[in-house]
Amino acid sequence: MGKYNALSIFWHALCRHKYWQRVWRDPQPKLGYDAIIVGGGGHGLATAYYLAKNHGITNVAVLEKGYIGGGNAGRNTTIVRSNYLLSDNARFYEHGMNLWRTMSQDLNFNVMFSPRGVLNIAHTNAQYDVFARRANAMCLNGINAELLSREEVLDREPIIDGSATTRFPVWGGILQPLAGNARHDAVVWAYARGADQLGVDIIQNCLVTDFIHHGERIVGVKTTRGDIYAHKIGLAVAGNTSCLTSKLGVRLPIESHVLQAFVTEPYKPLINGVVTFGAGHFYVSQSDKGGVVFGGDIDGYNTYAQRGNLPVFEDVIGGGLALMPCLSRLKLLRNWGGVMDMSMDGSPIIDIGPVDGIYLNTGWCYGGFKATPASGWCFAYTIANDQAHKLNQAYTLNRFASGYTIDEKGAGPYPKVH
Amino acid sequence: MREHTEFTYGEDANRQKPEIDAPIEDWNTYIYERDNVAGYHMEYWHHAFGCRAWIKVKRDTQTHAILWVGLPQENPEIAL
Repeated sequence: MGKYNALSIFWHALCRHKYWQRVWRDPQPKLGYDAIIVGGGGHGLATAYYLAKNHGITNVAVLEKGYIGGGNAGRNTTIVRSNYLLSDNARFYEHGMNLWRTMSQDLNFNVMFSPRGVLNIAHTNAQYDVFARRANAMCLNGINAELLSREEVLDREPIIDGSATTRFPVWGGILQPLAGNARHDAVVWAYARGADQLGVDIIQNCLVTDFIHHGERIVGVKTTRGDIYAHKIGLAVAGNTSCLTSKLGVRLPIESHVLQAFVTEPYKPLINGVVTFGAGHFYVSQSDKGGVVFGGDIDGYNTYAQRGNLPVFEDVIGGGLALMPCLSRLKLLRNWGGVMDMSMDGSPIIDIGPVDGIYLNTGWCYGGFKATPASGWCFAYTIANDQAHKLNQAYTLNRFASGYTIDEKGAGPYPKVH
Repeated sequence: MREHTEFTYGEDANRQKPEIDAPIEDWNTYIYERDNVAGYHMEYWHHAFGCRAWIKVKRDTQTHAILWVGLPQENPEIAL
């Protein structure tokens, strides 16, 4: 397939771009593999890549029901961060940040990782205290965090309404300067290409319809492209996890909810980093193409439809206008919805089980994109070694029953509040 | 016909609250586990910005189509 570099672009340009090859193969599924990953999103592809690269397991199939990049990998707001309070989350996501920083070089694919800073804005003294606590916790976990004054916030993002009459005046903010954005499509394409080059079969248009049992153990999957056998089957299917585990007779601490996101037409540079509104739920950044990308709350009722309703649409945009009134002049280009696997404590599950032969990767709520490399890295470790890495040993399925939930907000056992 | 904005989502109407002295496993099941079905789902909604009543709704979670609406104690007469 060849390595991507400046020389290859030059050479292909000289050849009038006639000899570019497809980025990954389109193989027929074999009858058996060492491991099957169900779900060809970022997490599934990253898992296959790290299985091959870190653990030498290359006889792997990734089964994708649609096409690569068509699910939540193409339905997010591209934010990458690790500004978490709780140590289990902070360490996991910071490991992810380290992978993000070297991803383009590692995968020989420009994922356009851009550490432009993630700024959470506080609007009251009390909120600022909570942010200071989180910033201190981050520093204790070795993650750089800065507390900004009102003036520093307004200096950093001048389009924020700093007038005396605004409904929610800015009090200050917390900045993770090394966080930022990455190009979501490039991330899945890069992991797909990287995994494929190491021998992984990426099989698209292949819907898993059921499991193949052998006694108590699962030994394969029935798919729309035939039966495929493997002793290790990893599920990385985000919002559709409950549908698959219901075929195993297992109920999960997961509800599927739709999250909407929005992008405007391209404009000249307007927003410098990632900004979140503290008095409502609104987060925004500007893509390298110039589109203002933003999102807010989930719709609030469980659903598998990849589209939301207008009331949440209005609520999100209302939050945006309270923070940045000039956004009212922008023209919206698109909005979309993705099905989120909302867990009961807001934290993910990367675990062995719940049935022999099955490995579970779910519960990403609406923070799955930033977790892509760390999730794949830890899930691959767990599948290869049949035990959790210390970075994901808290992300167990039985933590709900045992009382060790990882509830970042202290919001309680509700899927729709995290 | 009422506006969607008058209602807030409650929860899955098929969940059965265990007895207070039921085993801890039953409470774990009740509090944390969900059927999370893709398809017809019986659920409670609250008419929070209206008459404050709770209603029971049968809705298709794949299409958002509402198939039946009743009071919490009611059930559809025919299987939908």
